[in-house]
Amino acid sequence: MADSNTGSVYRSASWLSAARAALVFVLLCGGLYPFLVTTVGGMLFPHQATGSLIVIDDDIVGSELVGQRFKAAKYFHGRPSAADYDPFSVGGSNYAASNPDLRARVAEDARDIADREGVEVESVPVDLLAASGSGIDPHISPESAQLQAMRVATARDIPVSNVNDLIAQYTEGPTMGIFGQPRVNVLRINLALDGKEFLD
Amino acid sequence: MNEVIIIYAVTLLLAWPLGKYIAAVFSDGAGAGSRIFLPFENTIYSLLGVNPSEPMSWQGYGKALLKLHLVLALIVFGLLMAQGILFLNPDNIDGMSWDLALHTAVSFLTNTNQQHYSGQAQLSYLAHTFGIVTLQVVTPAAGMAALVAIVRTLLGRSGKNVQPSAGGTVSVGNFYEDITRAIVRVMLPVATAVALVLASQGVPNSYEGARTITPLDQTAEMNEQNIPIGPVAPMVAIKQVGTNGGGWYGPNSSVPLENPTPVSNFVQTVSIVLIPAALVFALGFLTGRRRLAQVIMGVMVVMSVSLTSVAIWSENQPNAAFSGLAADGPNLEGKEVRFGATATALWGSWTTQTSNGSVNGMHDSFNPIGGMVPMVDMFINVTFGGIGVGLIGYFLFLLLAAFLGSLMIGRAPEIAGKPLETKEIKLVCIALLIQPMLILGFSAVTVAFPALTGNSNPGFHGISQVIYEYTSAFANNGSGFEGLNDDSIWWNVTCAVNLALGRFIPILAPLAIVASLAAKRSAPEGRGSLGIDTATFGLMTLAVIVMFTLLSFMPVLILGPIAEALALMS
Repeated sequence: MADSNTGSVYRSASWLSAARAALVFVLLCGGLYPFLVTTVGGMLFPHQATGSLIVIDDDIVGSELVGQRFKAAKYFHGRPSAADYDPFSVGGSNYAASNPDLRARVAEDARDIADREGVEVESVPVDLLAASGSGIDPHISPESAQLQAMRVATARDIPVSNVNDLIAQYTEGPTMGIFGQPRVNVLRINLALDGKEFLD
Repeated sequence: MNEVIIIYAVTLLLAWPLGKYIAAVFSDGAGAGSRIFLPFENTIYSLLGVNPSEPMSWQGYGKALLKLHLVLALIVFGLLMAQGILFLNPDNIDGMSWDLALHTAVSFLTNTNQQHYSGQAQLSYLAHTFGIVTLQVVTPAAGMAALVAIVRTLLGRSGKNVQPSAGGTVSVGNFYEDITRAIVRVMLPVATAVALVLASQGVPNSYEGARTITPLDQTAEMNEQNIPIGPVAPMVAIKQVGTNGGGWYGPNSSVPLENPTPVSNFVQTVSIVLIPAALVFALGFLTGRRRLAQVIMGVMVVMSVSLTSVAIWSENQPNAAFSGLAADGPNLEGKEVRFGATATALWGSWTTQTSNGSVNGMHDSFNPIGGMVPMVDMFINVTFGGIGVGLIGYFLFLLLAAFLGSLMIGRAPEIAGKPLETKEIKLVCIALLIQPMLILGFSAVTVAFPALTGNSNPGFHGISQVIYEYTSAFANNGSGFEGLNDDSIWWNVTCAVNLALGRFIPILAPLAIVASLAAKRSAPEGRGSLGIDTATFGLMTLAVIVMFTLLSFMPVLILGPIAEALALMS
């Protein structure tokens, strides 16, 4: 579509060029680029490529990157989840600090946790009461793990020092001492409690 | 705190050489990297049937840009509607409704990536890659192309003033040459490098469908868990480096599959600001006006650090809803343990300064003042800003500051030796004022009809949710107070209007302005000229930005986040 007064100067701005460019860019940016990265990335990092799955005796028991719901006393429990730990409906609570529903939920959870662990509500770490952003946060803070150690040890009838040793072993610090927060992967430490080897 | 300082430092240190490279890519002739990329680009030009050295007027350039976008919009809209019956759909996902497909297509077409859907459950691999990823590569490249066209038309190369050609029409460059170079030499190489690092950290890379697993605790009433994967890493990489922001999974980079470790979080955070900051340096290299680039960078860093500090402080305060119910600690509602409050607040501020809009925690659950920072960042929208459009937006404020500054020192308004007259100032005013008019206008109508709002939070925060959504749409940001039930015909259609106007007016109006300026005879810059590359003028521009933002939006900030904060304090 050439402008009448300037002839061929604007030929590149034609609809045909636009349509051809759109098709070429779809194939290049939406086809070739993701295909190459996915192929190369999949070859270089096969374990990560399929979701960092934990395979034990040929069974897939979970993903290192996806938290699970735990209720039994013999396991460490994870954070509250607005998605009920369903990875297809991931999400946070999106409660504002001023939303009374948030305070009601926190109050109820705090009472439950305090009763279960035999402590005062004021000593329940925040992360154990705050719903994560993803709804599948696989981690809790080391303090939240320590809070649960006695209950886990009692349920398993093992010395609490064994459980504490395991917490120390499974606590990941900040990368290079700088990036990120100290944390414990709940599924991995629970697998260790069950005596299941963790294999990549 | 060290984490924040290191991330700022690393980003700026990487942006400098990248900016130098980008400037060389768009220099006269074949440009940097031509030995590797030019044969490939020549193939593209022949497939397109264009001559890359053909000059275009600003109208021709703008038309080429708009036409390409319109065709892409139709392709992506079709893909979204029809994905249910097409291939590459292992999880059997249905097509979208017309209004959701419209909003999604426009949202990604405008480099916004506002999402009224949840990707892992509502997009097939076909729509995700061929539709979404295509736009995530092309749209930042289009922004970069427009910026380059504007910069070289106004400021010329090597500091030389542009003089009108004999016929009176001014060439601003060739759109297809600019966008192809931006895609081939900048966006795709940077995204590929980032994608492979993310892949090493655990971001999935597979065309296979979801995996089903049996959870460990049999008493937890969860018999199976389906883990969605896909070709996620290439999308997450381009989403971060392309100021796109739209994630594979609904809650974006808070999801451990999308952002698995502190290392991936570091890389993704740096990627948010990397290219926008590099373009500021590129401006200096491209035009030979290094001082100007330094002053602009200084203003942007001042704005960035000030607002980010407020967000970090706020999120390290306890959430009011937890008071007396938990041990003391930062606000972790909607945040991930592996990142913590500080890294999440940093991300939240950067992602809204750059029109990226990805998140690694839920902004809806930020403390009131912490949640106000992203809103202010998006009102300003030129703290680095989106790729290309950030600097273009800054350029509008710069023109306004030059206009006011010239009047203050009693001279006829001018910039770079060109007289600033009624036509240019009118266009500046249109491009700037349409922002508060649209955001406040649509918000007022929506708040007036509670049936439309879809609020999930009551009271003052409900107002914030509405303001945030329209602000994010117009700023082409894409983040949200995500509790809002925004997949309705009202939200989809009205946001689509804001998205499109918020993208194309701020690109086309400045193109028209520089073409108009370039067609004028320039006076040599002398002792009496306004020095736009001085710290004083930087401060002047900063003051204009701050005043414009406060005058436009202070009332709604008081009605929303400030009222909420005061109510929680009492």
